[in-house]
Amino acid sequence: MSAVIAPVIALAQGGGQAAAEAAHFEPFLPGLVVLLPLLGFVLNGILALRHGRDSAAAVRRGEELDLGDRASRPATHTLPTWIGPGVLGAAFVITLVNFARMFGADLEAPVIVHYWTWIATGTFTVEAALQLDQLSMIMMMVVTGVGFLIHVFSVGYMRDDAGYPRYFAYLNLFVFFMLVLVMGSSYALMFVGWEGVGLCSYLLIGYWFSDREKSDAGKKAFIVNRIGDVGFLIAMFLLFRAFGTVDFVPVFAEAETLVYAGGLVTAITLFFFLGAVGKSAQIPLHIWLPDAMAGPTPVSALIHAATMVTAGVYLVARSSVLFALAPLSSAVVAGIGVLTALFAATIALKQNDIKKVLAYSTVSQLGYMFVGVGVGAYAAGVFHLMTHAFFKALLFLGSGAVIHAMHDAYHSTHSHEDAQDMRNMGGLKTYMPITWATMWIATLAISGIWPFAGFFSKDEIIWQTAAFGGAENAPYAALYSVYWIVALAAAMLTAFYMTRMMVMTFHGENRTGAEESKHLHEAPAVMWVPLAVLAVLSVFGGWINVPEAIQTSWVGLFGALPTGEWLHHWLEPLTAQAHHIQEANLGELAHSAPFGGGEVLWATISTAAAAVVVFLSIRFVGGQKTVPVAQDETAPSGFGAVLLNKYYVDEFYDRFVVQPIVRASRFCWKTIDSLVIDGAVNAVGLVAKAFGWGVSMFQTGSVNTYAFILTVGVLVILGVAVL
Amino acid sequence: MSALLESIGYSDWALHALVWLPVLGIGLVLWVEEAQAKTVAFWWSMVVLALSLGLWWAFDPTQGGMQMQSTAPWIPGWGVSYSLGIDGISLFMVMLSTFSTSMAILGSFNYIQSRQRAFYALMLLLEAAVVGVFVATDVFLFYVFFELTLVPMYFIVGVWGGERRIYAAIKFFLYTAFGSLLMLVAILYLFWKAKTLLGFPTFAYADLLQVPLSGTEQLWLFSAFALAFSVKVPVFPLHTWLPDAHVEAPTPGSVILAAVLLKMGTYGFLRFLLPLFPVAAQHPTVVTTMLVLGVIGILYTAWVAAVQPDAKKLVAYTSVAHMGFVVLGVFALTVNGLQGGLIVMISHGISTGALFLLLGMLYERRHTRTIAEFGGIARVAPWFATAFVITALASIGLPGTSGFVGEFLALLGTFETHPTIAFLATLGVIFAAYYMLPMVQTVFFNKLETDENRKIEDLNGREMAIMAPLCALMILIGWNPTPLLERMEPSVRAVIERVEAAGVADAAIESGVRFVEAPPIDPEDPATLAEADVASAADADE
Repeated sequence: MSAVIAPVIALAQGGGQAAAEAAHFEPFLPGLVVLLPLLGFVLNGILALRHGRDSAAAVRRGEELDLGDRASRPATHTLPTWIGPGVLGAAFVITLVNFARMFGADLEAPVIVHYWTWIATGTFTVEAALQLDQLSMIMMMVVTGVGFLIHVFSVGYMRDDAGYPRYFAYLNLFVFFMLVLVMGSSYALMFVGWEGVGLCSYLLIGYWFSDREKSDAGKKAFIVNRIGDVGFLIAMFLLFRAFGTVDFVPVFAEAETLVYAGGLVTAITLFFFLGAVGKSAQIPLHIWLPDAMAGPTPVSALIHAATMVTAGVYLVARSSVLFALAPLSSAVVAGIGVLTALFAATIALKQNDIKKVLAYSTVSQLGYMFVGVGVGAYAAGVFHLMTHAFFKALLFLGSGAVIHAMHDAYHSTHSHEDAQDMRNMGGLKTYMPITWATMWIATLAISGIWPFAGFFSKDEIIWQTAAFGGAENAPYAALYSVYWIVALAAAMLTAFYMTRMMVMTFHGENRTGAEESKHLHEAPAVMWVPLAVLAVLSVFGGWINVPEAIQTSWVGLFGALPTGEWLHHWLEPLTAQAHHIQEANLGELAHSAPFGGGEVLWATISTAAAAVVVFLSIRFVGGQKTVPVAQDETAPSGFGAVLLNKYYVDEFYDRFVVQPIVRASRFCWKTIDSLVIDGAVNAVGLVAKAFGWGVSMFQTGSVNTYAFILTVGVLVILGVAVL
Repeated sequence: MSALLESIGYSDWALHALVWLPVLGIGLVLWVEEAQAKTVAFWWSMVVLALSLGLWWAFDPTQGGMQMQSTAPWIPGWGVSYSLGIDGISLFMVMLSTFSTSMAILGSFNYIQSRQRAFYALMLLLEAAVVGVFVATDVFLFYVFFELTLVPMYFIVGVWGGERRIYAAIKFFLYTAFGSLLMLVAILYLFWKAKTLLGFPTFAYADLLQVPLSGTEQLWLFSAFALAFSVKVPVFPLHTWLPDAHVEAPTPGSVILAAVLLKMGTYGFLRFLLPLFPVAAQHPTVVTTMLVLGVIGILYTAWVAAVQPDAKKLVAYTSVAHMGFVVLGVFALTVNGLQGGLIVMISHGISTGALFLLLGMLYERRHTRTIAEFGGIARVAPWFATAFVITALASIGLPGTSGFVGEFLALLGTFETHPTIAFLATLGVIFAAYYMLPMVQTVFFNKLETDENRKIEDLNGREMAIMAPLCALMILIGWNPTPLLERMEPSVRAVIERVEAAGVADAAIESGVRFVEAPPIDPEDPATLAEADVASAADADE
């Protein structure tokens, strides 16, 4: 890692003066990191709207806009190729410079770069300001770095799509909001990014909006996310009541005035976690993420794997001080995380759509990250977030390359077969060797096989769970032992379903069709180069944080793997406070697992077990006879059917949440509004009318009658007055 | 800019001009040819709008009291005066009125095909009346303007409206007239009380503020005022006139109704209910009632909106939900709540006005408002779809738009004093997505199937000229509301302080003191000082 960035450090520090000023961190144009994607959005958006006019004219004539061959396309279609990835590349370079400067500096407190006062009511103030610290820096690197690679991949994947400029406009806007999310200096600003990325997710899931199913999936994502957002809002309101501000720095400085394990801090953290559950697709709000696969595959890689869905983990890691003060909330975080990890992994076992497997795998891996931040291992959670961004982005992009090839194959014969169903694949290894090789690297990484990136990050989370549960005064110690066992079990399932996916896709006989298979092809360079880069990161990415306890054993190649616990130390200035709180209240963490055995032993066991599972799965799945979808007549039964149907959670929600609300809405409208309220209003109107009619009876035209009524009236009034 | 305005004595005549220029315009519109009426009316309203923009600079943001005041006796025997003034609460209401009027007039160029001169004359009359409502500092004058708005609106709905226009117009008129009659009785009682206690007849707002009222009196008078304003807002369950009025009203009528007329209700809360009856306004029963009704408005109307087959009716119901946030913000009785409420008022005016304009444009093209009739419009009208989506997002309070700032502050302010209520209201965030997104999807996304939908044209130049400033404002206020907030803050603070001071005095009532004294004038506090100035100015008139 340091070898890669050494030249950049030199560049950023500007030669000779570096040594003297190394201790001081001077941010380098941080606003531009945020602004560049926004600029990309504006430019691509203008192109998209101009392009939209032409395309609309064609549609009105009853045709589709003909893009022609790649050489002769209009500027509205060629410019986004440069603008879209270009702004990301530039933002990544600026981020690297900032990282290099921070790397060389001794940064104890976050640096706040202030721009303007966003909201100021007199009793409540939020600044539009960016916070640069070790955590936001890691997130910026992931967002702009992985984001850049996915933007480049998108050029190959999307350039023949009619909505190409609109696609890049949305994608750039997403990165803008994602950067606001991770760089904002307050919860309020984070929430701007939080809902902003939700908007972009909505727009990109429903990118092919003419398809009702895709459009529905976008809407579902937005609404389910908003359930979580309510939690985020309430948590902010509670923070404001407690501290009079929602800025990170003062809130964390004051946080320890709250009672440890008290009601307030527990409520604040649980409401924040509700927000995280929505955004990071954890039980019970996980239902939107699998549907989100309706979006273009690079979108799934960027938004629904590498960045946006990890925002919940970032939120908990950012609020480490608050969560450390709330052991109950932390137990809930880890509990939901481990439950989701297992639950989603079981569903992934039976899925046939390649993207669905990856979607549930993402949900499951996010669960691991929550286990990490839930057991107070904030650095481990962020570590897995980072390595997951590498290997899961790679897996999604690889599946995109596969789908791209499958789509071309079926397109050649005008077949309507499903290009995403693995039952139609098989044997793709020979057609797309690079994709095959890189995806295997990612598969080994996610399965936790040594020495790939996922091994180090996942193993640390599992180990920390054991260590936390065994702490001197650990709350709910038995519970954490359960978490630890379930986390280990889910890791084995991961190794199985990922291997199953690889075997069904790449190995065995090809099932695409005789004619179609002639058109299968490897992805073009613009797509496979990002795969290769991510593959390198998936191999070596884990080496930046090899735990000291295992660094000297065989797992750390007897000390040869570099940078022991680098990430841990890097994040120390931000996690130190949480660790102090933890230490003061829980005592020392355990040094052995619940059934004995140290870190090295369990690391060895888990990687060996995972390797065995991978090996056996290759044999098992490879031995199974898979038939193409068209010939597949076997209906799944028993528990298999339950898994294939995702435990019927969607059906449950539809029946017990959605339909009742719709029925209640109709009742409110038809019965309360139209019948009761308006009925009463109209009745009053009728009574008034009837009264008018009744009174008009007295209008006889006879003066005598008038005189009589007048007299009676005067007498009545006088009588009332006297009495 | 300030220097320029000062050199032309802007502060002395601007408010009068804003009321009377539209009236002059009526003559002009009636005088020109039928075909020219719309152009003349539009440019005339643009002059008024331009003039009102000067308030931004002429207004002194450090002052909490009334500014740019002027007064002249009108009916001296009854103490009625023609007095105008402006503070941080009315400032943006005036600007919202002039802006919305211009946009509504520009939006009716195609929609209004018959009796154009009469129509645009009524629009200008409406503008004069609503500006008058917001700048009047004499309660009688306020009442005259308040009732005057009914007349042009009644005709706009009744003459240029849809099929059930007569039913809607009468319902609208009766509902609101019923409420305001009780308010008139309450105003007369206040007048009588003022005359007895102060010794001279007066309707001046500043004088009426000095009238000591017992807690019981306050509750009765509060109820009368509150009923009138609640019908206008409208507060659940007094809202059923609104969907009918909106559906039947022509586009410009809906725009003004949503953007400005509803605001007169919540403006009344801030201007009269809280300052005149501070003890009643913080009575626990009153506060709870209003907050609960506000929450019901937010949740219940969101549900009702979600199942509407008619797009315009859907948006009409969402107005009630949005105004629920204002009710919440006001009766939270916190600085954040009030500021948030004011921003919601502005934001709702812009975004819901824009939604009605867009639905009107859609109606002009397709002659239906039934959501299910549409589908895939984004493919043939991408600019239209873009404008609609931005507006819809502002309406459901996405961060980065004006809607978020208002709702966030209103909820934050409510949470300070009533966390449970605020929690329930926050659920409205979910239901906003539940009513808005399906409509956006069904109209603009999904498959483009019918030939009628395929023929829908994209926005033309005039329509873009309407939508551009509206969308720009939604985003601008979303990212930088501070210039607005800082102009409102002193006035909002003055209201809160008055209520709080009365709360302290109210404790004295409980211990046997019968009347509540008006809060003492603090020479250090510009807000009360300004009130005192007005009072002494009124004295001098006598």
